[in-house]
Amino acid sequence: MSARDSDRKRELLGLYNEPDDAADAVSRLRGAGFGGTDIEIISATPYPEGAFGEQHAKHRLFAFPFAGAACGLAVAIAWHIGAQIALPIVTGGKPIVAVPAIIQVLYEGTMLGAVLFTVLGVLFESRLPDGIGVYDDRIADGLIGVSVMARERRIPDAQIALEEANAVDVLNKDGSLMRPAAASP
Amino acid sequence: MQEPVTVDRETANRELLDFVFAWPKWFFATTGLLGAVITLGLIIFLLLMIFGLQLFGYAHPVYWGFPVVNFVFWIGVSHAGIMVSAILRLAQAEWRRPVTRAAEVLTIFSLMTAMTFPIIHSGRPWRTLYWEFPYDWMRGIWPNPRSPLVWDPAAIFTYLTSTVMFVYIALLPDLALARDRVKNPIGKAVYGVLSLGFRGTTRQWRIQAIAGILLSALILPIFVSVHSIVSWDFAVTIIPGWHNTVFAPYFVIGAVHSGVSAVVTVMIIMRYAFGLKNFITKDHIDSLARLLIIVATVWLFFFMLDFMFGLYGTEPAEVDTWQRRLMEPPWTAIAIIFIITGYIIPVGAWLFRRVRRNFFLMFVTTILVNIGMWLERYMIVIPGLERKSNLTFQYGDYLPSAAEFGIIAAQLALVIAGFLVFSKLLPIMPAADIKEGQILRDEIKVGRARVPATMREA
Repeated sequence: MSARDSDRKRELLGLYNEPDDAADAVSRLRGAGFGGTDIEIISATPYPEGAFGEQHAKHRLFAFPFAGAACGLAVAIAWHIGAQIALPIVTGGKPIVAVPAIIQVLYEGTMLGAVLFTVLGVLFESRLPDGIGVYDDRIADGLIGVSVMARERRIPDAQIALEEANAVDVLNKDGSLMRPAAASP
Repeated sequence: MQEPVTVDRETANRELLDFVFAWPKWFFATTGLLGAVITLGLIIFLLLMIFGLQLFGYAHPVYWGFPVVNFVFWIGVSHAGIMVSAILRLAQAEWRRPVTRAAEVLTIFSLMTAMTFPIIHSGRPWRTLYWEFPYDWMRGIWPNPRSPLVWDPAAIFTYLTSTVMFVYIALLPDLALARDRVKNPIGKAVYGVLSLGFRGTTRQWRIQAIAGILLSALILPIFVSVHSIVSWDFAVTIIPGWHNTVFAPYFVIGAVHSGVSAVVTVMIIMRYAFGLKNFITKDHIDSLARLLIIVATVWLFFFMLDFMFGLYGTEPAEVDTWQRRLMEPPWTAIAIIFIITGYIIPVGAWLFRRVRRNFFLMFVTTILVNIGMWLERYMIVIPGLERKSNLTFQYGDYLPSAAEFGIIAAQLALVIAGFLVFSKLLPIMPAADIKEGQILRDEIKVGRARVPATMREA
């Protein structure tokens, strides 16, 4: 194996019946030197934060609605005031741009911007859309997945850590079953 | 909760996706029937475009009839759906879990239906587009961008877009579940694309939880603004009976009353039609009925305010309108039916626990509410217009035509068909949310009683 190959990262997925086993796998992976964003828990159901001893995900989702609201307001002002100035409406000496009559539209524009940016923020912070990583349909049936990104040379360590925590199966990135570490040459 | 949802994960997966993957015979029969009614509506719409508004029972000075009444009614129904969902999410009410999706979907289809009514009402749909987007620059005729009629499309477009986004984001985990469970390769590909590769990582679940709360918080002010703006279509005019400052909250609370009732009706139908007896329990309708008692009473208060403000100024036109609404046939009969069906029977019945926990009686009473609320909108819209003023030389009574009844039936069929098709293609209950409830559910012993103890995410 070349040095370049041994530096390449590969994803492994351990599948567990019980949350306790998945939490144990996370501890063992940490003990083996894996950490940070290398370890991911995958489940079909949200579990309480910290249930698996995983690190809290940092995000900036709360900034998105504010940015969206500002953009929405700007677009609503430009569109509405632009329309009032552009269309040759007879106003009978009253102001061409009438704020009380457009404040509703400005409000809706602001809220629409906030919602749209929030949705974009949700997708961005969830890292979606995503070409699906290592995954197994049995997760939908209730198994809990612990995925770990490991350099090629550290794959055996990761596999051992996953197996020692009572993994039902350990899968490769392509979904194929890994041979048990003890049986490997 | 006295009777919490208790199903294992396998049963939840199977039962919640059962209707999505199965093709029961009644589905084809029902969609066929609904399709026929919708086709009838389309034929009437086509005739309307050819022959114009003479097909409707308009008579000078009444040119706002069934289409406007139905516009207000369906906007109202659309409101409570998202309100129920958003408030329950924000309050982290545990019993919300099976309720939210159906409420949100009801919002989408009733809102889409409501949007068709101003187009029908115009009689010339292509002109509606021109009024909003004056594309024909050469004619030199300009719509007024300051008109309240511009507020409506802005508000409804914002509300519909937000609701669709809200539902889609909440659907992502269930789309992923459908992707994993479906056997058909085309279905797998479609659900795969729609789920955007959602896997259920801790990060994705965390963002899902926050998104639900954040979007709920953003949608609630939109929900209030939309029906306020709909009420201003009336309140900013000088028509007697319409020109009233109390209209915005009156319309909003009326919308909540009819909408929450519609949610209960839909949930009871879903319970039997989709085999969701394990998920929609007596506790759900009981909780919603208790909410409805409060909402209905607040709505009655606003109705009384509207009445009192109409009489308090002793302005002849206002007093005449109220006299017409309450003391002249056929309005007296309509007023009595609307008060009895909109408040007296349902609220009187909901005071009894046995009624609140009885699916049949709740179904009947919530249908009654919507009959009453429809009549309320009819009473608001028509009598104010029917008044003969100084310059009214031609005068006739508005009598809804068969074409208008046909349009109403078609629009009702459209909402039901939309809901049914959505339920056929996508999970109508948030499976992940329900399963989360099962994980977090626990019971503690207090003396000799066992009571639910639920941990909630902050």
